[in-house]
Amino acid sequence: MTTITLAEPPRVLHALRLADTTLVLGHRLSEWTGQAPMLEEELALANMGLDLIGQARALYTHAAALDGQGRTEDDLAYFRDAPQYRNLLLAEQPNGDFAQTMLRQFLYAAFALPFWNAMAASADAVLAAIAAKAEKEMAYHQRHSAAWVVRLGDGTAESHARLRAALDALWPFTGEMFEVDEAERGLIAQGIAIDPAALRPAWEASIARVFAEATLPLPAAGRWMQSGGHHGRHGEHLGHLLAVMQSLPRAYPDARW
Amino acid sequence: MSGLAPAGDTLRAAALAAAATVPDPEIPSLSIADLGVLRDARLAEDGAVEVDITPTYSGCPAMAMIAFEVEAALLRAGLPRPRVRTVLAPAWTTDWMTGEAREKLRQAGIAPPPPGAGRAALLGLAPDPACPRCASADTERLSEFGTTACKSLWRCRACREPFDHFKCI
Ligand SMILES: [Zn+2]
Repeated sequence: MTTITLAEPPRVLHALRLADTTLVLGHRLSEWTGQAPMLEEELALANMGLDLIGQARALYTHAAALDGQGRTEDDLAYFRDAPQYRNLLLAEQPNGDFAQTMLRQFLYAAFALPFWNAMAASADAVLAAIAAKAEKEMAYHQRHSAAWVVRLGDGTAESHARLRAALDALWPFTGEMFEVDEAERGLIAQGIAIDPAALRPAWEASIARVFAEATLPLPAAGRWMQSGGHHGRHGEHLGHLLAVMQSLPRAYPDARW
Repeated sequence: MSGLAPAGDTLRAAALAAAATVPDPEIPSLSIADLGVLRDARLAEDGAVEVDITPTYSGCPAMAMIAFEVEAALLRAGLPRPRVRTVLAPAWTTDWMTGEAREKLRQAGIAPPPPGAGRAALLGLAPDPACPRCASADTERLSEFGTTACKSLWRCRACREPFDHFKCI
């Protein structure tokens, strides 16, 4: 099979955005396997990655059903190129050190928790069912990553400096989570999607509470933000991630578990 | 299930009984019925005997193994054409676990989820689990994540043993 490009009516696009973000972030966490700083975190990173990849599988299956062309979850994950990926740029940022990975997880989980909570009331029954499970999983991700942000931020001079550097690197990618385009505006009106902008106060409150405890400065409001992941405009990192993740099924398209 | 022929009722009962014998691959002392992973069965319109299972966590890697084992159990019970469906709604919660399942978990060294913890656990407000070995309430959490997606890692301050706790969701 060669590269596929889907027609993307709003509902397919919406499901792909959610699926791609969860898969790419889940894959990033899986890159820690065998390299975590301690056994407990090895297990935690693998479990969080597993949760996200599980969410991605359900979302891709739903996207494939909405697409209606007989494609499978694997087709969508393995045979689309980077410009077809619709994930948030935050998800594809490199793991960096442990501080950067945990801060990335916290910035996302603090958004995903209220996001899935709201999506559990979606008019799309499948998305609502996926959301009901994902919300519970993200509650654990948020608690775990927030605990590490506090421990590292309010830790040694070295751990604080590393977390500060991670914050400088990741903060410009947080604005994209709250963007809405025309495609999603229609779905919001139908009760299928939710307006992410409405989640911003809850997200900012979580960030402010944890950063205060972590003695981390809150970045000034209104700073310039990166954008484009939802439309397939990615940095160089996603291509490298996909090259690794997709290499086996592309080399052996008939491979099965 | 109204409107089913009596033959359908018999098949459904036989399918549920067969599927209920399948152990959880990660906690073999528990069956998928004990865990609440086994949801329902029916005679489908195309003549297949269909069994519904639901995952504990979205990424539960045991689901493929469970589906395979359920099909095998139905075939062994003489039910031809088994088919397994994975259903997500209503979402599985630890309250679907039977009382017997909680006791079996404790005997396997895993602190069971308290019944009815629900959203309190989600907000981190559930009481700390008692040690499954010495029953001491003096325990501390080491990590929100344990040996599988459904467990967290704890330590008993009384007997000093680490243990898994089946998380509440
Ligand atoms: Zn003990």
